[in-house]
Parts: sequence; C-alpha cells; structure tokens
Amino acid sequence: MLNRDEDILKAAEDWRTSGHGVALATVVETWGSAPRPVGSNLVINDDGTFLGSVSGGCVEGAVVTEALDVISSGQPKMLEFGVADETAWNVGLSCGGTIRVFVEKVG
Amino acid sequence: MQLSTLAELNAERAARRPAILVTDIASGEQRLVKAADIAADPLRNELATHLRMGKSGMVEAQGKRLFLNVYAPTAKLVIVGAVHISQALAPIAKSLGYDVTVVDPRTAFASPERFPDVPLIAEWPDVALPPLNVDHYTAFVALTHDPKIDDPALLHAFSRDCFYIGALGSRKTHAKRGDRLRAQGASDADIARIHAPIGLAIGAVSPSEIAVSIMAEITATLRLPAKEKEQAA
Repeated sequence: MLNRDEDILKAAEDWRTSGHGVALATVVETWGSAPRPVGSNLVINDDGTFLGSVSGGCVEGAVVTEALDVISSGQPKMLEFGVADETAWNVGLSCGGTIRVFVEKVG
Repeated sequence: MQLSTLAELNAERAARRPAILVTDIASGEQRLVKAADIAADPLRNELATHLRMGKSGMVEAQGKRLFLNVYAPTAKLVIVGAVHISQALAPIAKSLGYDVTVVDPRTAFASPERFPDVPLIAEWPDVALPPLNVDHYTAFVALTHDPKIDDPALLHAFSRDCFYIGALGSRKTHAKRGDRLRAQGASDADIARIHAPIGLAIGAVSPSEIAVSIMAEITATLRLPAKEKEQAA
C-alpha cells in the first residue's frame, strides 16, 4: 500500500498485447537483509528489456537470463540467490541476504 | 500469469482497489482475489490479514504453499491547513510512504518556502479537493482551526469514506464543530468518524510532537484490527 512503483505491470501488459514474449519475476521470500521487499516485481520482455527490480541491481542480470528461458519454455522457475550459494558470489548479493524469486511467463 | 489475469489486476490497480494475487508456487496456478471478494474466499483470514498489513508473503493452506502478493493502492494524506504542525507532519508522512498534499487557501501559509517538496494547493476546499480523488485509502486531516476552511473539507472527507479523518481542536471546539456540521447535513455517524482531539494521547506539546501523535494515530487506524484499534484510541 505504501510503496510507489513505476507502473511496470502495465508495461508488461502492453508488451504482451503488442505481441512480445513477457516474463514476470517476483520476490517471494527473503532472509536476512534483502534490498527489495517480498512482492517486488521485475518484468522482462523477449528483447531482454526489463523494468522494476528484485534486488538492488545485484542479481537482475541473472534473473533476466533465466526469464528469457521461461519465455521460451513456458515453465515457471524458482530462483534462489544468497551468499551461501556458490553461484551467488558470481552474481553477488553483497548485502548478505538470501532471496527467492519466482519467474513465470505472461501467457 | 494469464494475460487476462494481468489485465484484471491492472484494472483494479488503476481504480485504486486492492487485490491479492494467489500463486501456487509448485504448479504456477494462479487466481486474483479482489478486495470485495475476500469475505467469501476460503482463504479469507489469511487474505484479510495480509491486506490489512499491506504485506505479501507465503502461506501454507490446504496442503499447498501459496504466495499472496498484495497489490494495494498507495495511501494518500490530505492535510488541510498549511500550519506549523503540517510543516512537521508532511515530511513524516512522506517518509512513511504516503502521497502528501497540503491544501490551504491562505497563500501566506501555503508557500513553497514553508513546504519545500510537498504538493501545495492554495485554493478553497471546494476547488482544491475534488481533483485529488480522495478515497478510502486516504487519511484526511483538518488543521486550520478555521471553520470556513475545515468544515467544508470535513464534509468532503465524509463523502469519500476516508480510512482516517482527524481534526484539530479541543473537546469544546469539537462539540461546536459537530453542531455546525450537523446543521450542514452531516450525520451523527459522520461526526463520530472524526478523531478529535486529533492524535494519540502521548502528551505532545510542540508542533512536531503533535505531528508524531497524528501520524501514530493514522498508522494505528491503518494497521490494527478493529478491536485493538478501540483500545489504542
């Protein structure tokens, strides 16, 4: 209620209506200090254009890559990023938290 | 997410009506629950709690892990009266995420020097308020102490079902205000909706302290379940 977001969900709807493949990524769980609250959205289209954020910019690149897979496969994915995870060092959640991100295709 | 679900969600958001998107994390299955439909929903308790707190999160229900994403409108605060208390109240409300607007027809009060970074409307309530789309997700405070300004503003707030209505003034002042508003067609139920004297009783003295007590009362009204709300007031 109290967070103002640019209207990224409207952008996702417009992209899809104009024929783009679109995916929606949502932060569904966080542990420790996480840069964006649960419920935050990132929308991605098949050009790789994205709006919104699921972290302070640390893992968006990885989420966009996975989202392009989801757009082609149609299968939703759960992604997890955190410092305990080997791969997290590569994508870097430097805040020390862990986040779980649900990525789904907009059909 | 189905495009039709996304379109439905966007329509609710555009209309400033809250909705909750329920996603089965295992299967990806989804449904959108509009605020008006929560009472009849099997998940009504979880949905109502999450909506009230404005908080998204996972719940376990019917053997499934469900993610509830709460899409609620940005809360607004309309402050009638560009007075000293308002100068303290506006930045506090902004830091809590409210969209703040200050209304006062007296241009000496409603000056950008006194209210940097806050939308100011130096017009009478009958001109200033209708375009603001005051609604249920609006907290409305009347702080001018001047019946010519506060009274029409409060009548407007009654008609828009604001979740919080507060007005500055002692019990005595408020009793007189009640008489005036009734004479202009307000019901007893309308008058009873006004928090007056405004703010939680925290012994506030300075304008900034009064601003804190007002913001605390608004927060309690927004977040507490009805029963605990009575105890806080």
